[in-house]
Amino acid sequence: MATKKTTRSSSGLVEKAAKAKINSSLSNEEKIKLLEDMIRVRRFEERSLRSYQQGKIGGFLHLYIGQESVATGSLSVLGENDHFITAYRDHAHALLCGMGMNECMAEMYGKATGCSRGKGGSMHFFAPDKNYWGGHGIVAGQTPLGLGLAYALKYQEIDGCAICYLGDGAVNQGVFHESLNIAALWDIPVIFIIENNGYSMGTSEARSSKFEDSLAKRAEGYDMKWESVEAHHVYVVREVTDRWVRYAKENSKPVLLEMKTYRYRGHSVADANSEKYRTKEEIQRYQETMDPINVFRKTLTDEGIIDDEKVKEIEKNAKEEANAAAKFADESDFPTVESITEDVYWEADNPDERKSEGRLFFHS
Amino acid sequence: MPEITYREAIKQALSEELERDEQVVVMGEEVAQYNGAYKVTEGLFDKFGGKRIIDTPISEAGFIGMGIGASMLGMRPVMELMFWSFSYVAFDQIVNNAAMVRYMSGGLINVPIVIRGPANGGTNVGATHSHTPENFIAYTPGLKVVCPSNAYDAKGLLKSAIRDNDPVYVMENTLLYGQKWEVPEEEYLIPLGKADVKREGSDLTIVSHGRSVITSLEAAENLAKDGIDVEVVDLRSIRPLDIDTVLESVRKTNRVLLVDENKPFCATSSQISHMIQLEAFDYLDAPIQRVTSIDAPAIYSDPLEKEQLPNVARVEKAVRSILDQVSA
Ligand SMILES: Cc1ncc(C[n+]2csc(CCOP(=O)(O)OP(=O)(O)O)c2C)c(N)n1
Ligand SMILES: [Mg+2]
Repeated sequence: MATKKTTRSSSGLVEKAAKAKINSSLSNEEKIKLLEDMIRVRRFEERSLRSYQQGKIGGFLHLYIGQESVATGSLSVLGENDHFITAYRDHAHALLCGMGMNECMAEMYGKATGCSRGKGGSMHFFAPDKNYWGGHGIVAGQTPLGLGLAYALKYQEIDGCAICYLGDGAVNQGVFHESLNIAALWDIPVIFIIENNGYSMGTSEARSSKFEDSLAKRAEGYDMKWESVEAHHVYVVREVTDRWVRYAKENSKPVLLEMKTYRYRGHSVADANSEKYRTKEEIQRYQETMDPINVFRKTLTDEGIIDDEKVKEIEKNAKEEANAAAKFADESDFPTVESITEDVYWEADNPDERKSEGRLFFHS
Repeated sequence: MPEITYREAIKQALSEELERDEQVVVMGEEVAQYNGAYKVTEGLFDKFGGKRIIDTPISEAGFIGMGIGASMLGMRPVMELMFWSFSYVAFDQIVNNAAMVRYMSGGLINVPIVIRGPANGGTNVGATHSHTPENFIAYTPGLKVVCPSNAYDAKGLLKSAIRDNDPVYVMENTLLYGQKWEVPEEEYLIPLGKADVKREGSDLTIVSHGRSVITSLEAAENLAKDGIDVEVVDLRSIRPLDIDTVLESVRKTNRVLLVDENKPFCATSSQISHMIQLEAFDYLDAPIQRVTSIDAPAIYSDPLEKEQLPNVARVEKAVRSILDQVSA
């Protein structure tokens, strides 16, 4: 019988999470670092939005603004053998795992100094050396990949798990359900985290998904554990993720988590209707009462760990870092035409080790 | 040299690679306990056990995507598709994920996966089960695709595919699984991207791949009785492509027939035809002709399906028409 658990937002929940060992054992510096992480992500994205408006960044730009507690909290509890993968709303995950603002900003500018050498863009950031496997543009396309990462860890007898993030719209893709079934059937230590921001583009959750209590409850159909939480407080996200990561690894089992969050901006920056499918008041209400940065700042202030001065300093540093990244990206070179056909085949990029013969590329 | 079936050759390749590299696993529907829908994996489950030989649910997108994810972390999964026709439900994984991840990561991630299974018509099972998507695959930069026409090639190519660091898709043929060819007992590899002249001749070059090579060879034997000397080039690998062997043959015979089980529009042979006219135009004594599948969904009715696919009679007729054109 699967666990049924839907925790509602309440100060009790936060207090309980704060007392959990994963949070109570944090040093003051570590707590400040969590706040700083969220502020860095937000300032970076705000700076990228400006660059987009200036025409420096093209394509789609999906901002994570409002959702920072989810990636910050969940990634902060992972160990060195834990891997993760996400969809196209991927900037926060990138910065939080240690990718630099420069390489990320330059990627969005389409520059050769970008993390993917200008070949991926905003939706396709990767850092396999930091256990970050992208950055995927097709809704739910990453879900079997996340399953595969966890399967490989299990096969290779590595004591790790994989976290696979997806949106609330992605839960209706067939491949996600195929992945849930396989994960449960084969006891794969993968944790699917639904970052439920209430909307898939302009469609509210209620208009796209039929469910009882929680999207995560669908896990019961696969005899899989699940939990759903209000995720705007980073302590709560850490407590929930830590508990289920340990469960997944100790028992080699999958889990489906729903983290309820909210995005302030449009689906992408190109979404001009972001205030048409929801009210201004709705956005304001979240900003005023549940903004992940404000909420955690208040917690740390109440705990007597930070003061306004310290926050100002963090804000200033983050802004400067983001501005410097924009400058770096701006001044970087675009990739060369020759580089278009690099990174297509491993063999073409490693001619000395090539074993096949014949033409790999074709001209018109 | 012992004669073994195409099916046995593939099984030997799998078995040898499973023994050589413990990151190799074989996965697919019915591959383990049922011994394979076409018995290609027969005995592997008993030999290697359930950790290496894995029965999957009927979830092509899910399990192929899973294999791709595992290959990013260094495994070498060999995924069996019961039919390549079923790849269409997994197309996003097969194309967007397997082929694009290396590129979009700026070369940081490799996807050393193999997907294999039969891709052919001619088995009287109707249109949904008779697809030959090597042209779809070859269209996608980042992917490699091979179509072995016999047991010897199937074994050597599959072993190379498993050791390759890029995604390689192997398209087999159910009509060949039971046929026998000579295959040496000692280990060998056939590099991808190397065509093979299966029959030497001087009057005309047939370029073909997969079972169409067998059809072409049979037609060539019949034509030889009338003194027509046909060369048959087996591409073996579609991407990478050994166009040089094709061009060399064309420069010798000056006449070309392309025999291809694809439908005509944007077929594998469309690309070959383009490259021949571009790179050997001055050597051609006649327009390049093709024998492809007749342009309709694969028909069920048995005698008509045989007519729809490239067959010996159609190949012979096309060869004669090219030669008549030249002598006229
Ligand atoms: C297969 C596929 N269909 C449609 C799209 C277009 N699309 C991109 S994001 C999106 C909404 C997804 O919403 P959700 O899963 O809730 O994630 P969020 O954007 O809220 O993070 C859509 C329809 C796509 N990228 N891929
Ligand atoms: Mg959403």
